Amino acid sequence: MTPEKSNRLAEDLLRPVLHTSRSFYIAVAIFSAIVLCGVATWGYQIYNGLGVTGDNWPVFWGFHETNFVFWIGISHAGTLISAILRIVNATWRRPVTRCAEVITAFALMIGAMFPLIHLGRPWLAWWLIPYPSERGIWPNYRSPLVWDFFAINTYLTASLLFLILPALPDFALIRDRASGWRKRVYGWLSMGWQGTPKQWHRLESAMHIMALAIIPIAISVHTIVSFDFSMAVVPMWHSTIFGPYFVAGAIFSGIAALIIVMALLRKLLHLEAYLLPLHFQNLGKLLLTMSLLWGYFVFNERLTIWYGNSPHEMNVFWSTQTGKYAPLFWAMVLFNFVIPFPLLTIKRIRSITATVIASIGVVIGMWLERFLIIVPSLSRKSTSYSWGSYTPQWPEIVILCSSFAAMALLYCLFSKFIPIISIWELKVGQHPQIKKAAKVQDAQAAGELV
Amino acid sequence: MQNTDKPHRWGMAVDLDRCNGCEACVVACHAENNIPTVGAAEAARGRAMHWIRVERYWEGEFPDVQLKFKPVLCQHCEEAPCEPVCPTYASSHTSEGLNAQVYNRCIGTRYCANACSYNVRFFNFSSPEWDKPLHLQLNPDVSVREMSVMEKCTFCIQRINSGKLAAEAAGMPLKDGEIKPACVQSCTANALVFGDLNDPESRVSRLSRSPRGSKLLEDLGTQPKITYLQRESWDERLRMQGPIGRSDQENDSGKK
Repeated sequence: MTPEKSNRLAEDLLRPVLHTSRSFYIAVAIFSAIVLCGVATWGYQIYNGLGVTGDNWPVFWGFHETNFVFWIGISHAGTLISAILRIVNATWRRPVTRCAEVITAFALMIGAMFPLIHLGRPWLAWWLIPYPSERGIWPNYRSPLVWDFFAINTYLTASLLFLILPALPDFALIRDRASGWRKRVYGWLSMGWQGTPKQWHRLESAMHIMALAIIPIAISVHTIVSFDFSMAVVPMWHSTIFGPYFVAGAIFSGIAALIIVMALLRKLLHLEAYLLPLHFQNLGKLLLTMSLLWGYFVFNERLTIWYGNSPHEMNVFWSTQTGKYAPLFWAMVLFNFVIPFPLLTIKRIRSITATVIASIGVVIGMWLERFLIIVPSLSRKSTSYSWGSYTPQWPEIVILCSSFAAMALLYCLFSKFIPIISIWELKVGQHPQIKKAAKVQDAQAAGELV
Repeated sequence: MQNTDKPHRWGMAVDLDRCNGCEACVVACHAENNIPTVGAAEAARGRAMHWIRVERYWEGEFPDVQLKFKPVLCQHCEEAPCEPVCPTYASSHTSEGLNAQVYNRCIGTRYCANACSYNVRFFNFSSPEWDKPLHLQLNPDVSVREMSVMEKCTFCIQRINSGKLAAEAAGMPLKDGEIKPACVQSCTANALVFGDLNDPESRVSRLSRSPRGSKLLEDLGTQPKITYLQRESWDERLRMQGPIGRSDQENDSGKK
């Protein structure tokens, strides 16, 4: 790569970091205001009790728990995709990985808030930490909620490492170009990165280890989230398929979120030269695969329950197929399968716009899926006398909206302070020798397929 | 079913052939256990708390219909689904087989109530309030629960404890029938019988062995300590016909 080209690349990608436009401040102000509304609403809910939500007897869980599962699901975008793409050495991944890893870190932080938000007495949440207590009381390790606590913390730690490790060379790059306080801050963040061969070698090994480690972690996290439901003897919760079903759904919604975010970044930060139609094509194919897998799981789950014809489960089953929740169920099928399938299958249609439309549908559909897993089962438990229903109230809706605003806000801030596309990885990718090797590799792969 | 390591294993028998649905048990339970009433509007939103409730079912086709009542309270399961799911041990098993709820330990995940197949756990969705002068008649033996904790039937544990203490003070063994939870004491039809299942000769033990006996949702394997007695199994018939009562307006949409 010529020095000019390398310079232009760094300039393009550092522009958002070093120069701030007015629209950035406006966006941050709007998102912050919505997030503050959400925080205030949470305060209102803590002060007045969960009576301000739609939760009731017997539907004790509603929007907050749906949001929890949804956001933890979104978090599977990132790390898992970027880890898999790293391991299989897919060269097209280079501009995509950091966008994805950032989604993971922030979606996890937001998702992890909901177990706190949904608590009746959130100020006691620290009782889930196994701290040495003079009374000898420990958390109940038999409870899936305690498993959640450990799983999410593990995943958050791992995904933050996975995000920060490959950012070190970029921090160093900013350090070398910036001045004043920026130089000091990025100098501290880059942890003494000098770019010596030894450091590069260690970074490569560390990324390999992390990529291998994070895949089982990510899979276990959403399996454990599914255990919150499948461990209870509640009709249509108590299911063996929930582990893989939740993981597949999580990756599905994660890819969709990634596509939406990439399209926004491409437009707003003028990254047309880096986030290419090819990336959307490839992620669109992945999304299609996950859509098919998701459809397969839903079919499996539904068919076995219908065929088994157990009366308790059939009450829930029919309430989602033809009853009260049927509109939501069929909307979910529409958004997760019927719309994405043609958009992503036919090559001529699979443009950036089409993949984004499909992805927006999938995000909505996957939120509905989480809602449909939680609420219909609780409203039709085994004793028919105590059937109930659920209507969300405004605090839950405000908090749901503010969780999206929080994601947008965190993403805006991140792309302000850290280049959202890994500069050094792109530079490495453009190295003539690596380019040649990649071409040979692609040709080999194509040859094998033929 | 007998567990003799512990001195007591509390259980109950509910004679459905005797219950006339007067709901005196519900009122007595509210008074004994300081259970707040939430008012009509909140009750309609599913926030009412009745540690014991009388479920109403209709049997047969018009005009040949019969009304049946079923008092439902915590079944104090041996294998309670509510217990393992609590992250803080707020919901736990006592040495005498009760499903206890430790209010101070409850952080309000509401997982126990979701896991409970009988829907007999109640959450304080708002701060408990009593219309004046009812706030002066609270039972001093029972703690008033604060907002955002779960609560449920305790088998009137305060009465169990004072009964045991009184027997100990008198130097006498605890007699069968001496301890009566508020619902049992107030039952006009003598439909509720409470006692020690570890004593094979207690009334509740004998009734629990009756051929009329059955458990609620027995097939879930929760091993309830409450036995329902009835001449014929209208539970079976119910399952075929579907219930009519509180949830009848929702039946049409959910069932075939």
